[in-house]
Amino acid sequence: MNYAFSTGNELAALCEAENITIAEVMIRREMETSERSRDELINQMFEHLMTMQRSIREGLDEDQQTMTGIAGNNAEKLYAYAEKANMGTDMARICAAAIAVTEVNASMGRIVAAPTAGSSGVLPAVLVMCSEKRGFTDRDIVNGLFAAGAIGIIIAKNASISGAEGGCQAEIGSASAMAAAALTELCGASPRAALNAAAMALKNILGLVCDPVAGLVECPCIKRNAMGAANAVLCADMALAGIESIIPFDETVAAMRSVGRMMNSDLRETAKGGLAATPTAAEIAAKINI
Amino acid sequence: MKEFSVFDIIGPSMVGPSSSHTAGAVRIGLVANKLAAGERIKLVELTLYGSFAETGFGHGTDRALLAGVLGVSPDDARVRFSMLLARSEGIWVEIKKGDIEQDHPNTATIRIRTVSGREFRLTGISVGGGNIEIIDINGMEVSFTGDYPTMIAFYRDVPGVISKVTNILALEHINVAFMKVFRNAKRRDACMVIETDAPIPNASLERIKTEIDGIEEICTV
Repeated sequence: MNYAFSTGNELAALCEAENITIAEVMIRREMETSERSRDELINQMFEHLMTMQRSIREGLDEDQQTMTGIAGNNAEKLYAYAEKANMGTDMARICAAAIAVTEVNASMGRIVAAPTAGSSGVLPAVLVMCSEKRGFTDRDIVNGLFAAGAIGIIIAKNASISGAEGGCQAEIGSASAMAAAALTELCGASPRAALNAAAMALKNILGLVCDPVAGLVECPCIKRNAMGAANAVLCADMALAGIESIIPFDETVAAMRSVGRMMNSDLRETAKGGLAATPTAAEIAAKINI
Repeated sequence: MKEFSVFDIIGPSMVGPSSSHTAGAVRIGLVANKLAAGERIKLVELTLYGSFAETGFGHGTDRALLAGVLGVSPDDARVRFSMLLARSEGIWVEIKKGDIEQDHPNTATIRIRTVSGREFRLTGISVGGGNIEIIDINGMEVSFTGDYPTMIAFYRDVPGVISKVTNILALEHINVAFMKVFRNAKRRDACMVIETDAPIPNASLERIKTEIDGIEEICTV
């Protein structure tokens, strides 16, 4: 059997042919290409999960001194406020966790790029924080990470997961789509439903530019991780409620690629446009880049 | 189309904030660490160019390069504290911004002097996602990624040297993944970079160094 896939349609067909999950197809595919055993792959993903869990805890518990001092310690603030949050306690905690990981990243702490360092908060926040409510075990979350990886591979192959190539839609957009699909599958929905969740998540972030203030992974990246996590939960819930994406996943990925190509290079990580070109950003840049 | 691994997407585990400006910088430093071959280092001079120079402070690029020089890996929490680490080991560190324009925006040059007085320098670029390329060693143009065990041999450009080297590797059943040769001018200094699937045993390195006429220096990464 060959578990190769390049598109969402191919992935769903493989799942349906053997009645297996996206995570299972991803594991079997990785076994084929890496010639490593199932146990080895699962152990490596387990280690990533442990790093993810640690980064959430660190970001929520400890003072995070980011390199420039322009950001930091907002995760604690949101977490402390969560019970009063208009979006509900659970959602506020998920967003706080996403901020936590990205603050740890900006403070030279240890994170897992998922798919990139700048978007590393979305996936752990969604899967780890939803696990308590839904009763996911660590082994379930590891499966979720494999499922998320499959979605990321399709986006990387057909569009991009790099802000320099495709803008923020390629980083936070991809992370959000990956998290949405993984959560949908972990909640027991079909591979097609998971792809619908991914499509909706990507659609919502389509066109977002990468405009880091002073060229650093702090502003607006940290708060956009919170948005990406919230969007993932929203889109997973829509898919679980039976809502379908009008534009299918593969076509959404193609649209993301074409939008990325139309995007001026000033809006792709070069810190020359968007928020990075505001007077406040210029002030910050002058202060920190001595 | 490149075949992605799931761990290209979920991973690497790394110290932030940036795969190119932090993790990649550590990996450039690690190549310098290997070139030092275990000798105690006395002085490290880091020169940052382009985007490394502009945003390096906020990305910890200087600390990341230094961490690699000290042998600290990209996912080690000590990356952040490499300056302290260097000080405790009695290593003098100088950090400069380079003003010569480079082809690649994420370029760094590392110059090292060891306790015995040996000096070398290398220039590397961070090409994205934590991947790197070393483009210059001691003024000689090279090209390798550090993903494979790598042997770099400096030699006089005379006929036969390359086949003698690959013969010795063949005897040990070492499979060559990539091989490139570079030279400054005909019959002058040359350099070969051999990336192999398995590390080259010390005995073979010794044979290459002593038995082949024209080989002047060998280092491994």
